[in-house]
Amino acid sequence: MKMETDTIAAIASGIAQAGITVIRVSGPEALFVVEKIFYVGKKKKDLHSCQSHTIHYGFIYDEEELIDEVLVLLMKAPKSYTTEDVVEIDCHGGSIAARRILELLIRNGARLAEPGEFTKRAFLNGRIDLTKAEAVMDLIESTNAMAMKNSVSQLRGVVQKKIVSLRDVIVLDIAYIEAALDDPEHMSLDGYSETLLIHVQDCIKELEQIYEKADHGKLVKEGIKTVILGKPNAGKSTLLNTMTGEEKAIVTDIEGTTRDLLEEHIMIKGIQLNIVDTAGIRKTKDVVEKIGVERAMGAAQDADLIIYVVDLSKPLDENDEEILRFIKEKRAIILLNKADTIHEFEIEELKKKTEKAYFFISAKEQIGIDQVENEIEKLFFNGEINFNDQVYITNLRQKEAVLEAINALQLVKKSIEDGMPEDFYSIDLVKAYEVLGSIIGEAVDEDIINTIFSKFCLGK
Amino acid sequence: MSHRYESYDVVVIGAGHAGCEAALASARLGQNTMLFTVSMDTIALMPCNPNIGGTSKGHLVREIDALGGEMGVNIDKTFIQTKMLNESKGPAVHSLRAQADKQHYTREMRKVIENTDKITLKQAEVVEIITNKNMRKEEWPEYSRNDYALMSDDSCYIIGVRTYSDGIYPCKAAILCTGVYLKARCVYGDTSNYTGPNGLPAANHLSQQMRELGIEIYRFKTGTPARIDGRSIDYTKMEEQFGDKKIVPFSFTNEDNSLEREQASCWLTYTNPETHKIIRDNIDRSPLYCGDIKGTGPRYCPSIEDKVVRFADKDRHQVFIEPEGRYTNEMYISGMSSSLPEDVQIKMYRSVPGLEKAQIVRNAYAIEYDCINPMQLRPSLEFKNIGGFFSAGQANGSSGYEEAAAQGIIAGINASMKLKDREPLIIQRSEGYIGVLIDDLVTKETNEPYRMMTSRAEYRLLLRQDNADLRLTKYGYQVGLISEDRYQRLLQKEELIKEEIERIKTTNVGARKEVQEFLVRMESNPLNSGTTMADLLKRTELTYEDLKQIDPNRNELPKAVKEQVEITVKYEGYIARQQQQVNHFKKMEEKHIPDAIDYDDVYSLRLEARQKLKKIKPISIGQASRISGVSPADISVLLVYLEQFKRRKDS
Repeated sequence: MKMETDTIAAIASGIAQAGITVIRVSGPEALFVVEKIFYVGKKKKDLHSCQSHTIHYGFIYDEEELIDEVLVLLMKAPKSYTTEDVVEIDCHGGSIAARRILELLIRNGARLAEPGEFTKRAFLNGRIDLTKAEAVMDLIESTNAMAMKNSVSQLRGVVQKKIVSLRDVIVLDIAYIEAALDDPEHMSLDGYSETLLIHVQDCIKELEQIYEKADHGKLVKEGIKTVILGKPNAGKSTLLNTMTGEEKAIVTDIEGTTRDLLEEHIMIKGIQLNIVDTAGIRKTKDVVEKIGVERAMGAAQDADLIIYVVDLSKPLDENDEEILRFIKEKRAIILLNKADTIHEFEIEELKKKTEKAYFFISAKEQIGIDQVENEIEKLFFNGEINFNDQVYITNLRQKEAVLEAINALQLVKKSIEDGMPEDFYSIDLVKAYEVLGSIIGEAVDEDIINTIFSKFCLGK
Repeated sequence: MSHRYESYDVVVIGAGHAGCEAALASARLGQNTMLFTVSMDTIALMPCNPNIGGTSKGHLVREIDALGGEMGVNIDKTFIQTKMLNESKGPAVHSLRAQADKQHYTREMRKVIENTDKITLKQAEVVEIITNKNMRKEEWPEYSRNDYALMSDDSCYIIGVRTYSDGIYPCKAAILCTGVYLKARCVYGDTSNYTGPNGLPAANHLSQQMRELGIEIYRFKTGTPARIDGRSIDYTKMEEQFGDKKIVPFSFTNEDNSLEREQASCWLTYTNPETHKIIRDNIDRSPLYCGDIKGTGPRYCPSIEDKVVRFADKDRHQVFIEPEGRYTNEMYISGMSSSLPEDVQIKMYRSVPGLEKAQIVRNAYAIEYDCINPMQLRPSLEFKNIGGFFSAGQANGSSGYEEAAAQGIIAGINASMKLKDREPLIIQRSEGYIGVLIDDLVTKETNEPYRMMTSRAEYRLLLRQDNADLRLTKYGYQVGLISEDRYQRLLQKEELIKEEIERIKTTNVGARKEVQEFLVRMESNPLNSGTTMADLLKRTELTYEDLKQIDPNRNELPKAVKEQVEITVKYEGYIARQQQQVNHFKKMEEKHIPDAIDYDDVYSLRLEARQKLKKIKPISIGQASRISGVSPADISVLLVYLEQFKRRKDS
């Protein structure tokens, strides 16, 4: 249970492709938290002395580093959505700035809001009328169910395994200490603090590594969902293999070789793409191939970025027209493949039908791939493509938990170094165990007591 | 033919450790109390281990004492050895344990009970709980008038109890303290007796009748080791275990140094591979392994056969030989409880060094018994479905004398509070082990006898045995068990502690020569600049007593005051952090959930959460959040619903 009276922050507008992103901070510390990072001119702004319902132009800094030029909207309690002190930060759209600001807020004392939490507070504080109560409850339960599902399923396998193994170490240490405290005549803690110190230092080191990875968004299977579309045998699978540098997709000259979705994770200039190779798009009577085509279109439907691969050696036909119509409202780039062959494809015709950027490449000869990568990077940093908000939030939430676990273990370390008695260690060990459990979606309940009984022979 | 006898305010069923505390609390709070026992000779009987206290249990005894209970006073009268366990660890886990003279313990408690006004003792087996719903009209003419308002009452509540001899005792409240006696069965090997411990009569009828009242019954088991004639033991092969030189009383009413007496010793020996082989070779003859016993046993006091099977890699287990009393040769063989057949027991015990010629006085046995599912109780220990009917002790699925007594005093207090139309006394988890114990019992599913452990107390730094009086005596005073005089002394102690902490926090210590020399002498770092006395006390290597040398303005204070000052200042950082957690915890506990809430009306709750909430009916958001299967999102939903509920009611 999180506190009802602490200060929470979240991106309130969704991290969609918008010109402006709104970050909301609510709670008794809201003004203090923002004051730590918001500058007007060269000076930190004293929001407490400002009137409520005013807008302030200034800059967000992370220490020396300028993060963004922002507008800060101040709404003091009780005249705000939640009836608490609320500060909203309007920053530039796109992902990078908004995220950095949110992380800064959290580092400075805010907590990432639970799903539906602003609305919950608004209701509990009497801001929303009674008729909306049901909707508020539904919102909490449904967004939470989604977040829970996401948080565990999106966790990378390696990260999950690591956390499970760290928790195993920690729970055994807790159980040992607790068993010995409970049955001092059977078990001795002499010398145990040295063993524990080693365990704790190792755990901290491992968690710090996880934390650093989290900085690059690597805790969860996040990434830009990218779908490769094109007609059969346009070279989609070859492109995938070229980009991943591995022979993952089966490449043949036979049209319709790829019949199902094949997903790969690749890094381009530090940006992760979850890239999906699909079956070639064409009208077909083959049942299996038809399913493949439907799946391809389905995947493309919620893609963040579509890479449309054109076979230059074939003329533009109705299948191309169909794809062009499909990508019209979507973020897409066009790759004119087989640039080293004789061109049958009418590029002038293409230009009339779309304004999307296009590049000549040869997937097979690995020509032009650099340009494509540069373009993807550009799109990303301009905030034009973006990935799922939920994934990002999950990552941030888990990062927060990892940090909390590190802090708890640091306290254990300090207790050991200060020569505190052993029973003091378990207070913070339990805390670390709990927060790590929250990452992998596991509650603590009776774990510790169960471990005591299963590992140690106690009792009269 | 039934007979109706005089009515009582409170009927207590069973005179074990729960029943004694319940009856005493009830009578001392002015209720005319009837205390039933199946045998007058077994009041406050200790049928298993001959000690009171120990880790976390010692805390419970101190808390019972702080509330005005009897257990601490009684063990102080009757102990033959005491020991403070965990003294090398932090103050939160220091635990007092005393070896009792069992017979003396029983006799002294009986004396107190017999001489307490308003307690009537009677040897009888209670066989029926009579409520306004199941009463026979001919026996209760006053309830059979058609217009009698109570008849149309929806709720069910207790109106009396019936004994085996068909005596009816009308009452306003009753407390179930039946321990392990309900349908008890003692077993070792293929020998099985339908009796309570030590061949005492079991209570065979009540559990079936309670089922008919809609009470869910569990079947648990526990066990006890053999008792051996001390004259047949060779102590030269064992390590002697002495009591502490410094005797610390359990009861806050006893002064230090007031309890000096000669202490008896315990003895330590070990099992060996030979013992384990005997057990393994005969494991199929153990009723636990051949399936004769179906009850669930506790993991924390496993039988020796359990230890050997589950921890097969251990080639020895500790065995403590403890005296059962000053005036008996019987010795309790701690660590070797068993339900193996008699012939195997003899071989097994005789394989242990020092026990080669052991003569068993009483065989080890396992005991199976009925108890209730405690989730049917409110935190006040009253049944949710039967008003005025309370339950405490092993009947609630706990284990241990101390756990039983702790529930007993609370049930006794709360039966009385109910009759006085006052709020029940509910100790929070943040206020005492008693709170943790009862909250766990009524909130968390348990499938084995529940034993207190320090690891169950999340705020244990605050819940120390040394400050039980500071935590709980005010409640004892509020309900009326603590005298004005004792309460005033407590307030005085609080004041002294506060003043002294304030004084040392404001006492500056300069880096003068005398101080530096003192620090060097104590192997502590010399000062670079001035500091306070309190900051020096925070150094692990310095004690409050040490600092006397550089603290000329210090007044001599009572030991208990000095102890509190020392702990409070030394561990200030940790204590402050726990206090913060407690503050948050309290907010959740204070959000009460009205009885009238209908969880089916809260659509958004997940199914599992809704079912659990309906069953347990938590009294607060805090309690709800501890139910397994209720997620933080469910709690948020509940908060919103409660707000809606409140606003609807207001308008």
